[in-house]
Amino acid sequence: MKEWFKKGEHWVWFSASTVSISVVLVIGLLLMISFRGLVHFWPHEVYEYEVKTDNGKIEQVVGELHDTKLKEFQDKSYKDGIKKIPQFLIKVGNRDVYGIDFRWINTAQIVGRQDVLADDVTVIERYEWGNVYGYLALIKQDGKTLATGKAVLPKMQKLVDEGQALNAEINHIEKVVLGGINYDLEQLRLEQKRLEAKGTYTAEIARELAEKRKALNVKFESHQDALKSLYKESKSLGEVTLDIAGGKVIHVPIKSIVRFWQPNNMVMSEKVGFFFDSIGHFLLDEPREANTEGGVFPAIVGTITMVILMAIFVTPMGVIAAIYMSEYAKDGLVLRMVRISINNLAGVPSIVFGIFGLGFFVYIIGGSIDELFYSYALPSPTFGTPALLWASLTMALLTLPVVIVSTQEGLSRIPRALREGGLALGATKSETIMKIVLPMSMPAIMTGLILAVARAAGEVAPLMLVGVVKLAPELPIDLNAPFVHLDRKFMHLGFHIYDVGFQSPNVEASQPLVYATSLLLVLIIVGLNLGAITIRNKLREKYKALDN
Amino acid sequence: MNQEAQEALDKALKGPKFEKRIKRRNLVDKGWASSISVGGVGVILSVLLIMVFLVYVVAPLFMTATVDKHSEYDLPGGSAEKTLFYGMDEYKETAMRITQSGKMIGFDARDGHILTESDLPLSGQQVTSFTTVNNPNKIIAFGLSDGTVLFAKYDYKVSYPNNERTITPSLTFPYGEDPIELGDAAIKKVAARVNDSQLVLAYQVEGDNSIQLKQFDKIESMLTEGVTLEEYASGTVSNNLNTDWLMLGGNMRNLYLVSDNGAALYFNIGDVSNPELLQKVNLVTGEEIISALHFLLGDYSLMVGTNKGRVLQWFPVRDKNNNFQLESIRSFDVSKKPVSYIAIEHNRKGFVTLDQANQINLYNATSERHLASEQLTSGLNYLLMAQRGNGALVETADGKVITYDIKNEHPDVSFSSLWGKVWYEGYEEPSYTWQSSSASADFEPKFSMVPLTFGTIKAALYSMLFAVPLAVLAAIFTAFFMDNKTRQIVKPAIELIEALPTVILGFLAGLWLAPYMEANLAGFFAVMIVVPLGVMLFGFSWSKLPEPLRLLVPTGKRAILMIPVVIFLGWFALSLSSPIENVFFNGDMRHWLTYSAGIDFDQRNALVIGFAMGFALIPTIFSVAEDAIYNVPSYLVNGSLALGASGWQTLVGVVLPTASPGIFSAIMLGFGRGIGETMIVLMASGNTPLMDVNIFQGMRTLSANLAVEMPEAEVYSSHYRVLFLSGLILFIFTFVFNTLAEVVRERMRRKYGSL
Repeated sequence: MKEWFKKGEHWVWFSASTVSISVVLVIGLLLMISFRGLVHFWPHEVYEYEVKTDNGKIEQVVGELHDTKLKEFQDKSYKDGIKKIPQFLIKVGNRDVYGIDFRWINTAQIVGRQDVLADDVTVIERYEWGNVYGYLALIKQDGKTLATGKAVLPKMQKLVDEGQALNAEINHIEKVVLGGINYDLEQLRLEQKRLEAKGTYTAEIARELAEKRKALNVKFESHQDALKSLYKESKSLGEVTLDIAGGKVIHVPIKSIVRFWQPNNMVMSEKVGFFFDSIGHFLLDEPREANTEGGVFPAIVGTITMVILMAIFVTPMGVIAAIYMSEYAKDGLVLRMVRISINNLAGVPSIVFGIFGLGFFVYIIGGSIDELFYSYALPSPTFGTPALLWASLTMALLTLPVVIVSTQEGLSRIPRALREGGLALGATKSETIMKIVLPMSMPAIMTGLILAVARAAGEVAPLMLVGVVKLAPELPIDLNAPFVHLDRKFMHLGFHIYDVGFQSPNVEASQPLVYATSLLLVLIIVGLNLGAITIRNKLREKYKALDN
Repeated sequence: MNQEAQEALDKALKGPKFEKRIKRRNLVDKGWASSISVGGVGVILSVLLIMVFLVYVVAPLFMTATVDKHSEYDLPGGSAEKTLFYGMDEYKETAMRITQSGKMIGFDARDGHILTESDLPLSGQQVTSFTTVNNPNKIIAFGLSDGTVLFAKYDYKVSYPNNERTITPSLTFPYGEDPIELGDAAIKKVAARVNDSQLVLAYQVEGDNSIQLKQFDKIESMLTEGVTLEEYASGTVSNNLNTDWLMLGGNMRNLYLVSDNGAALYFNIGDVSNPELLQKVNLVTGEEIISALHFLLGDYSLMVGTNKGRVLQWFPVRDKNNNFQLESIRSFDVSKKPVSYIAIEHNRKGFVTLDQANQINLYNATSERHLASEQLTSGLNYLLMAQRGNGALVETADGKVITYDIKNEHPDVSFSSLWGKVWYEGYEEPSYTWQSSSASADFEPKFSMVPLTFGTIKAALYSMLFAVPLAVLAAIFTAFFMDNKTRQIVKPAIELIEALPTVILGFLAGLWLAPYMEANLAGFFAVMIVVPLGVMLFGFSWSKLPEPLRLLVPTGKRAILMIPVVIFLGWFALSLSSPIENVFFNGDMRHWLTYSAGIDFDQRNALVIGFAMGFALIPTIFSVAEDAIYNVPSYLVNGSLALGASGWQTLVGVVLPTASPGIFSAIMLGFGRGIGETMIVLMASGNTPLMDVNIFQGMRTLSANLAVEMPEAEVYSSHYRVLFLSGLILFIFTFVFNTLAEVVRERMRRKYGSL
């Protein structure tokens, strides 16, 4: 034993176990996020509980089991005077009737079995007020009952499909067509202000603008009429009536239904189908109910747009700096200072980039741009406010060291012989770099870029200051020229997690969505990183082959 | 060589065209070289830009004020009469003067020409006393010779004829033009305060030394929208003091009677009909005599000017027995001559003094800063600070009005208010406090960097406590013992943590780990004991296994072997949580901590931060330390092993000393990252600016504070600049740590080069 300690064997075991702990933590974390994220999409079974209330009545509770916790009760008959009873967190839905989505029930108060599946229960996902859990009773249209009992389901399916189609059409007209017209009208208003400020707003131009405006208004009204009839049509689809727990009924208009399912009647293949359908909704839907329901589509679009813009800014900056360091700079003070600068740029807290972006880009540069070019729109700022452009510039500065370091590594791995070959054949230095060195180090640049993108996609703190909002009314890219709107605020997956997880009024209800969003973000970032690592490894092998 | 080919070659390589092409190519080459150099040096410039910009934003905080004379003109309305009151609109365009005879003269503050004149409805009475009732509501009161009091409201009507701002001073009477009758004799002294529903009045009439109190309810008339006052209660404060100053606090409870020899009585008149003497105190020491007295903004602090040139700040402080007592908070040595006049700023806790040598001094009370001085050629009758603190109006003794422009943007911030203990109004003792904003207008901003810096270091240190042993030991094993194949998987796996968005770690820490830890607190402490012990036990029993079995897992693969062991030990330790709590902590450790041990417990605390942020720091430290150890030349290792040292002995004796600078720089980098990490602390620390090393309490860090307050800070306000200052502190912190780490690494690189 003494010998064992003397040789330091215990330290070897300790150090081995720290490696295992780190690996277990990483993998455990990833598994937990994956599990909790994916569970969100799986159809949960709906249980039926009979609960004895405090006044002795039996109450029926129908809902999904979400969590179990031990709660302590003072009880003298137990050891330490404390009795622990499991509590179930049940998602009962029907928020418009019950007022809450979730409720805790005490298992000691459950009468009978705890795992009774509710037969034929239907879950309806609505655009407003969350889910409905209940039993289909009848379906009505214009006050006439279309079907009751078992016949409701097929009828409802058909009507919901119709409703979906109508909703899609309404959405298209509202968002794309009317949105576009509104955008054009706003542009006309700004044009007028601009010309007025310049003093060239003549009567002729005024007439011209008025004509344009009139044409747009006519167009607007015609679409508005179409919209009205669509609304009427979707309203006339009727409503379903469900019996819900507690002896109440709930009426759900067909037009407000996103989708519905009967989780307890599903077979495995249907569940898998539902799972992928849920993922589709999550990725492609707009958020609803203050971001706690629906999808994350605008956040995905916002993140991607910001990241692409950032890549456009950071690539030339990073590559030029890397070329300077490995091809042009002579070993000395300047190079050392560049190295220290890069290290510091990489080490400065991201929030400091955020305040720099806010103070310098937004208030100073943006403010000056507004004064020079958009003074007619003042005091409402155009660029002098946090926006997509400033967010991507800030992120470009933040990720600059990543690109530089990666590119420089690629450049330094290119064998000397290749450069010398180029020079020997009479090419100038710049030609050698442009035609031989850079193309060969393309994968390294790509690696750096991918890593930079991964970093930018996951960074939240600086973005909170320079352009991200919890709910953006418009996407940063759309069909209205100039298509990419640099002056708009945008949504971001990382900020979405922060906002929904911490700022939403209904934390219980939104947690599954946060896990799902986290999973999506982790998948994107881990995927990007693995991609970058693969490229880098391939590159290293290739150069090794070149060296030999 | 072929003739034709030679000719073609000559044509291509000689002649003016060729020369031109070479020239052009060289030019392009030079252009590239210089533009790339500029781009490369641009990296240095961008870092410099960030730093310079931060300094540029922060610098105005520490600039002193400048005072410039704007204009001088003869006293509007003539200097025959004494002035009671001056008011000025917030744009410094117009001003009003109210004289002893009850005349209101509105004039242009820039050149002194008279805009409007009116008389108070005095119906033949004399004004015998005067007081300002409420500054934000612009209400003033006149005590008259027939024992009545008249309330007036001064205002500035803003209109825009021809798109140009025009301001007209005006005087209205919110409680009617008829003065309120109080008694028969002339009102010698009056003080009044008003809030939304009540008005409290303290006065002294001619020939009576006692102070009378009256409380009125404000009754709003539905029909005329006017307000009438209805008496609610009255009382008397009898005293034998020669009252020179009658001061009623802004909270309508504190009444001070002050005599010029320094004697002061402090009453609580919360119940007007039953005034209570709280304290008898001498405001000055020895022979000193009070020469000027004024409330500071908020009407809570008394600024006492003396004949020895001092200004003392007093305000009531709650003592241990919950009684309020006046305390001397701080004193300012203003001048060698007696202080003859004190005026205050109306938007912050600043004050102005005049001494008998006619020198004006501008101070801020909270930050204890002397901001500016200005010499007057003659004495003054009245000094008014502009609403926004950006100007002043002075009526001199020789019948002139002088206006000044004052540039005094950030008087409330000084080195001592940022880093020292400050005794804020209403606080029981001097403290380090961060509280940047509040709803009330007379709020005293509390910009102490200490709790934030403390929180930052606390968060970083607790997470280093978790991360350093884990990361360094893991780096040692990975670099020194592990076989290459496993290393190629393990290293990227651990480095993957670096890529995980911290917002996800913060979310998990705040919403999953924190409640889980609260419920299984004992289990987490058990982990720290059970896991090392279990690992040691496992290792020792492993060494007792028969050789063939032992050789199945070489040292390099022990990390894989340990994975199930560690999982089991962790699970085992956590499942011990409940039994341990039952045996040692009466069933609930949290409860036990709070009630039996007296340790405060927050759900989001430093322990959670330690785990979550420590986890995020692992890859930073691991990666650099691993490289340092891995790069130790192998002949050193082989030499040591050949001499019979064990693996660990070689490591401790040979490898670690060589790699220690690298490990040091890894730890520095980790610390630097911990200082600046934002999202995890923002989401899992509770964000309360506490100053407590207690591991079970939260904190607020500089970075989280920036994320929380920056979006709401008004641009270029003191708050905004102080926030930038905290950004600058973060920048400097990390700059120092990173540069240190880089220098150490650079040295090491050279050392290895020589080995």
